[in-house]
Amino acid sequence: MLKQEYTITVYTENHIGLLNRIAIIFSRRKINIESLNTSPSEVDSVHRFTIVISETEDVVRKICTQIEKQVEVLKAYYNTQDEIVWQELALYKVPTDIIQAEVKVERLLRQHGAKAVVIRKDYTVFEVAGHREETDGLIKVLEPYGLIEFVRSARVAIIKDSDGFHSKLKEFEYREPGTETSTNEFLNENEEVFEM
Amino acid sequence: METLELKAKKPTPSKVDTSISGSEAVLEALIAEQVDTIFGYPGGAIMPIYDALYDYNDVLKHILVRHEQGAIHAAQGYARTSGKTGVVFATSGPGATNLVTGLADAMIDSTPVVCITGQVFAHLLGTDAFQETDVINITTPITKWNYQVTDATEIPAALAKAFYIAGSGRPGPVLIDITKNAQMQMFDYAGYSKCNHIRSYRPKPIVRKEYVEQAAALINSAKKPFIIWGQGVILGRAEKEFKTFLEKSGIPAAWTIMGAGAIPTDHPQSVGMLGMHGNYGPNVLTNECDVLIAIGMRFDDRVTGRLDKYAKQAKVIHLDIDPSEIDKNVKTTVPVWGDCKETLPMLTALVQEKVYPEWLGQFNDHMELEKAKVINEELNPSGEILTMGEVINVLNKLTDGNAIVVTDVGQHQMVTCRYAKFNLSKSNITSGGLGTMGYALPAAIGAAYGDPTRTTVAVIGDGGFQMTLQELGTIMQFKPNVKILILNNQFLGMVRQWQQLFHAKRYSFVDITSPDFVQVAKGFGIPGNSIAKREDLEGALKQMLDHDGSFLLEVFVGKENNVFPMVPQGRGVAEIVLSREEI
Repeated sequence: MLKQEYTITVYTENHIGLLNRIAIIFSRRKINIESLNTSPSEVDSVHRFTIVISETEDVVRKICTQIEKQVEVLKAYYNTQDEIVWQELALYKVPTDIIQAEVKVERLLRQHGAKAVVIRKDYTVFEVAGHREETDGLIKVLEPYGLIEFVRSARVAIIKDSDGFHSKLKEFEYREPGTETSTNEFLNENEEVFEM
Repeated sequence: METLELKAKKPTPSKVDTSISGSEAVLEALIAEQVDTIFGYPGGAIMPIYDALYDYNDVLKHILVRHEQGAIHAAQGYARTSGKTGVVFATSGPGATNLVTGLADAMIDSTPVVCITGQVFAHLLGTDAFQETDVINITTPITKWNYQVTDATEIPAALAKAFYIAGSGRPGPVLIDITKNAQMQMFDYAGYSKCNHIRSYRPKPIVRKEYVEQAAALINSAKKPFIIWGQGVILGRAEKEFKTFLEKSGIPAAWTIMGAGAIPTDHPQSVGMLGMHGNYGPNVLTNECDVLIAIGMRFDDRVTGRLDKYAKQAKVIHLDIDPSEIDKNVKTTVPVWGDCKETLPMLTALVQEKVYPEWLGQFNDHMELEKAKVINEELNPSGEILTMGEVINVLNKLTDGNAIVVTDVGQHQMVTCRYAKFNLSKSNITSGGLGTMGYALPAAIGAAYGDPTRTTVAVIGDGGFQMTLQELGTIMQFKPNVKILILNNQFLGMVRQWQQLFHAKRYSFVDITSPDFVQVAKGFGIPGNSIAKREDLEGALKQMLDHDGSFLLEVFVGKENNVFPMVPQGRGVAEIVLSREEI
């Protein structure tokens, strides 16, 4: 089986120590976490982890069952890239004088969907939200002009359309215990995407 | 052993003043959870709890061990024979880190244990204070759940969750770390209510009837079905349900070492032990059955051998309470999620009443071969020197299979699990998953407290005994009735066997010298005996069993005897060998 990029979405309680409990499931198997984001979810008091790894589906499936086994985890899903809508946010700090003199800023903003967040005499900060290739693309453009600082956020992802997700859920339901996906009082009351 | 009546010295729960200390809240929680025995060791950061314990001495029996590892192994032994949750007290820092081996052991063998550790004052956390360690993070991978309490008001709820999580679903160890300020803090106590629901925690998956139906259909159409069962049957208290299923279906069944004793070992459908040193038939015929029914077992690598050569021809039905076990190692055809106490009766109702005389005959034929090549010589040796197997065989005769047998790790463990007779469930106490040398002596102490009505025999090797022999002091002081049977081959036998078979007999540091064990025991006030001759064996075992109280018997056995059959590492189960020559 081939390794590919999977985005794991975990719905959890918001408790101290849970991040470690989830992280060691990966490190124990010597799997590198490429990106990890924690945030609130669409459900009040339920937390959402978005984790990106490159692995075979078999390994990712087992990891999800191990994550779900943790007492404070409600549910874990895994998706391939084309099953999700995702974004990463990147910030670029560049010297204002050079940029103004040598770059067609307007074109740059248009081409890369970038936004100028801060413009000061000494530096300018651009922001790009997008896929990895897009945020990487702007690094290449700005590097020759003295990129002072660069930072990229973890991935956030929405699992695509409800139809696609329904069939995904059915597959889960087949492989997974019980009717919990349909009786889960916490995930059920919101979006239709969580209904069976 | 005396039985205790539950009554506190002071009528704490109904005091007019409802404020109590965090420490008292801990002990009230234990009483509410029907805990009667605690294994522990005091120290600086847990002193307030021990101070409170002083007043609860009548209600809560505290066994002072000699090392915290002993405390947790004892709690494990207690849990395994009593079916209740074992409880451990330890202090912060080294006290807590000494629990690590036992936590890992309890985690991998699904033993319900609640450990309460003291911690430095909350305001000192992270300052490298005296005896401070980050116990929560150290124990995260080896606990089912852990939690740090820094405020006394959290104590009742934290302990209620701890007992619920440790004992429900697939059991496991839980650690609660309580800072010293929380132990001392007075708070308004509103009573203790047991936990029976955590929204993110589903101890038992909901049983899916369609899978049970599919499983039954598969079983009913099978020509050569084969049951393999593990500790899940015992943990799920489903021995009766399992026996009914077994007898109605007529299917031959083999056990993993953790499952031994769930049904009597001499049951006509019980065909032996699985795994690396299991019986010949169950291993070979795993690769001949058409439907493999796994019940409450997890396809450990010591059971499966090489996975790509394991039961490839068979359709696999897997009954397990833990969904993450399904498809973990062996691909399942029909997963039957759920508590086997619920799923087995459902399955029993749907399977046809059958017998498989020819198929069962195949197991018997393999057993005859194994007897001729291995067992007869092991149990009735032609040579002068005693074998481990014959010691266990005579022990069986004298206990009639009714004793609790606790084993350590190594050759004696494999021999005991192969040959010990078990009539009753919760009789085979051993470190199966982690393989913890030094487990047996402290676990036997706990096992004896867990079920004081039965005889507890700890079978230990000369190596493992030296890892935790300080617990003889615990026996001396508290007098649990533990029969210690040391099978001394003057080697670290299992490692020596591997060095002989796979490392060209390069015996690298397996030659272990031992003290005079009888003299050591004598120093702890425990009588003992040491024998090396066949004519002394039965008498010496009888003397040990008949003695009123603990007794140590050392039996010298063949130095370089090997355990066979054996599935050499990296080979399939069907490639099991019966002798050295076949490797």
